[in-house]
Amino acid sequence: MSAPRPADRPSTPRWRGISFAERMGTVDFRVGARAHITVDAEVCRSCTTRACVTACPANLFTPTADGGILFNYEECFECGTCYMVCNHEGALTWTYPDGGHGVVFHHG
Amino acid sequence: MAEVTEVDAVVVGAGPAGSAAALALARAGRSVVLLERGPFPGSKNVYGGVVYGRVLDGIVPRWWEEVPVERWVVRRSTMLVTPTQSLSVDYRSAAWGEAPYNGMTTLRCHFDAWLAAKATDAGARLVTSTVATGLVRDGTGRVVGVRTDRAGAEVHAPVVIACDGVNSFLAKEAGLLPPAAASHHTLGVKEVLDLPAGAINERFGVQDHEGVDVEILGCTRDIPGGGFLYTNADTVSIGVVVALPQLAASGVRPEELVADLRDHPGIAPLLRGASLREYAAHLIPEGGYDTMPELVSDGLLIAGDAGAMTLAAGLWLEGVNFAIGSGDAAGRAAAGALAAGDCSAAGLASYRADLEGQFVLADHKRLRKAPALVLSERVQQRYPGLLCDLAEGMFTVTNPTPKPGGLRLTRQVAAGHGVRLRQLAGDTLRGLRIFG
Repeated sequence: MSAPRPADRPSTPRWRGISFAERMGTVDFRVGARAHITVDAEVCRSCTTRACVTACPANLFTPTADGGILFNYEECFECGTCYMVCNHEGALTWTYPDGGHGVVFHHG
Repeated sequence: MAEVTEVDAVVVGAGPAGSAAALALARAGRSVVLLERGPFPGSKNVYGGVVYGRVLDGIVPRWWEEVPVERWVVRRSTMLVTPTQSLSVDYRSAAWGEAPYNGMTTLRCHFDAWLAAKATDAGARLVTSTVATGLVRDGTGRVVGVRTDRAGAEVHAPVVIACDGVNSFLAKEAGLLPPAAASHHTLGVKEVLDLPAGAINERFGVQDHEGVDVEILGCTRDIPGGGFLYTNADTVSIGVVVALPQLAASGVRPEELVADLRDHPGIAPLLRGASLREYAAHLIPEGGYDTMPELVSDGLLIAGDAGAMTLAAGLWLEGVNFAIGSGDAAGRAAAGALAAGDCSAAGLASYRADLEGQFVLADHKRLRKAPALVLSERVQQRYPGLLCDLAEGMFTVTNPTPKPGGLRLTRQVAAGHGVRLRQLAGDTLRGLRIFG
């Protein structure tokens, strides 16, 4: 179930926004079988900055309790933010999804 | 054995740069393949945005009669904000609402597809849903084509034009772009909101196909950047553009910054009742002239965002026109080199000279120090509040206390924001030198 819209919640009088899942639900993704980004959990464990967790606009990087990073590639904007801000050599490999797959913007 | 297609030129990326390049080559009678990794041109592209069409005059005569426009921009507003204040400079021009127009809002899936169709109408072969996965080189190291992800099929050509966008893997493979340079890039995050055309017309003071372009400074907390708000036909585009390294270090999620802007007291009433149609994000190469790669090597030209050609110079925020201008020049240079039988770097060198002689590199060179000034600490963190407080001091009626003198007020307000008058004067001079 999606989270209730803020308008339904009197505790948030301002239109602060919808849930992140609803937000990503507005985007057309044609998910390919191949993960176009891979993350080396071992390298990520030694990272203290976690720049990708803050900056990824699709919020695809989630820290785990044991210090690693969980990542899913399905709802990726293919923007490149994660590898640009990552300062750990070899932590992240990034390519484009296979042709015709991935994000499809209709109002870019 | 992988399938090999032989053509005169291969253009990678059917954005504005690639389609302009393919169009120029096709018009010169050359066989050209235009590769696009998305299912249709524009499907991977995001911008603010506004397209400034003057660059199209020489490419598609009377383009305004057929271009897929949302609204013609007749109002341009620059807004300085604090969380509770806003100060706007608002310019309106009736001339911008008539042919040949100045700027238009349009959506990239429409605009990019329109320009790509111009290329295919002229004879270019558009191949969608196909990634160019790498460069093909001959024994001497010269680029002679690209590999694709279509069963390893290759497209061979004496000249490759890389218009593969801000992450250009082809320019990186050629050693022309660094693997990653966060400090040269900003992240643009955009929400397109549904809002009926009538509501847009009333709230923004426009009618019919008239549109508004608002640029906002002071809305990105302590992260260098800015905001934007553009009217489309029956949607509005709102978003922020923020410096990548500082965003990553801030702990603030990008969508929070857009929510701040949407909730701003000067903006929220304009958007009341609007609902999210599409959320999007894209990187922007905002480093300017000094961060541009080499644009020419043996058998290879770089154009558009791949060549870092987005102009982010405060007053001017332009990209699509630079992509079209550079792509067109690349296509013409490639056609000339093919005719002369020399697609080496020397044979393609007219490309850079052409760009230097027109706005594409001339604007970038002139404004090369603008990105640093616009993103500097005082411009970002102090001046929006300082100028808003100055306006508040000027316009708040303090009877029975007499009105303060302008200079005294300025000194007081500047001191309150930790700015010395000398610094204010120095930055004004610096701005005049850069923009003057």
